[in-house]
Amino acid sequence: MPVPESHEFFIDPNRCIGCQSCVQACSECDTHKGHPMIHLQYVDRPVSVQTVPVVCMHCDSPTCAEVCPADAIKRTEDGVVQTARKPRCIACNNCVLACPFGVPKMKTEFQLMMKCDLCYDRTSVGLKPMCASVCPSGALYFGTRREIEELRPRSTPVNSFQFGAQTITTKVWMMVPKGSGVTNIDVTSAMNEEPAGNADAFENIFDEND
Amino acid sequence: MRTTDRLTVPPDGRPFHEQPQWRNDFPIDMPQDEFVARRDFTKFLVLTSFAFVAGQWWIAIENLLRQRRGAPPVQRIAKLSEVPVGKAFAFRYVEPAILIRTTEKNYVAFSQRCTHLGCAVKPEPEKGRLFCPCHEGVFDLNGDVLAGPPRRPLPRIKLELRGDWIYATGIEVRA
Repeated sequence: MPVPESHEFFIDPNRCIGCQSCVQACSECDTHKGHPMIHLQYVDRPVSVQTVPVVCMHCDSPTCAEVCPADAIKRTEDGVVQTARKPRCIACNNCVLACPFGVPKMKTEFQLMMKCDLCYDRTSVGLKPMCASVCPSGALYFGTRREIEELRPRSTPVNSFQFGAQTITTKVWMMVPKGSGVTNIDVTSAMNEEPAGNADAFENIFDEND
Repeated sequence: MRTTDRLTVPPDGRPFHEQPQWRNDFPIDMPQDEFVARRDFTKFLVLTSFAFVAGQWWIAIENLLRQRRGAPPVQRIAKLSEVPVGKAFAFRYVEPAILIRTTEKNYVAFSQRCTHLGCAVKPEPEKGRLFCPCHEGVFDLNGDVLAGPPRRPLPRIKLELRGDWIYATGIEVRA
């Protein structure tokens, strides 16, 4: 049974409080017990507590599957990019390096790439994904478009992302403030920049002369 | 291979018929992928070997039943005067068979089923042979293979002359 078309996944990173509930819930799943497939990333750890939950975005043109030399990553008819097939995966790490969102992770102990599959065992029978069912702040939401419009009247969902010259459209939506224009950041050159933020404010705390 | 109702868009965005062949050979979409699970393949292997075992048993039982049935009854075929020298005479003894009178006093009979794939053998006594047109199998007038794909000689039908009549008294299957 496919995932119902009416239900979509919405990520609202603004609302993430970094409580790790999603990570714990994900590792509870019987299909990969003890191995969370969701990544809770710190944006700028030294200066901020802001976290971002990262689930598979389920791209329309999945780069992980494009680069797979073993034909192990498949997409079901409802648009869900499934985790690597155990008999085919050769643990070559191509998908890990290729994914623009950093979703696939190599499990060397199983010689297998594992990644978020939108809790296919749950969503295909009408349940919500583990992470979305436990998130206390609504940073991860699985439901209809009408529901998210009522819940987040000041946000609008976006599913198109720019990576260099490549535009990636995804099945999973990212909530952004309404009316804010899309800013494309050159990620590779931004990595060499000094962190902006308010780093100076924190330095004063440790200044013994004050 | 279906190229319609595809979900995944190639990175360059061009339609599928303009894509290289490998993209059709290794589709990302699961409905287009001809995936055989290891379990299904094992199931296929097990069931096939069971079928082979059943086939062997069937052959063994069939052999046993044939031995039980014993020799077919004696059957009158034709009057000696009805079969001219150098001519063939078709008759039926359990299965279609051919009687050939080679000389005045010699006559032979063989099953008409070719030992290769069971086509009807055509008698050509003037050439001293029996010819199977299906795969050009050639037997001599002793039923032995001269040429072609058959490996075993034709089953010989034992004949007996009683008065003026030729009788078939049994089938001799030769290896």
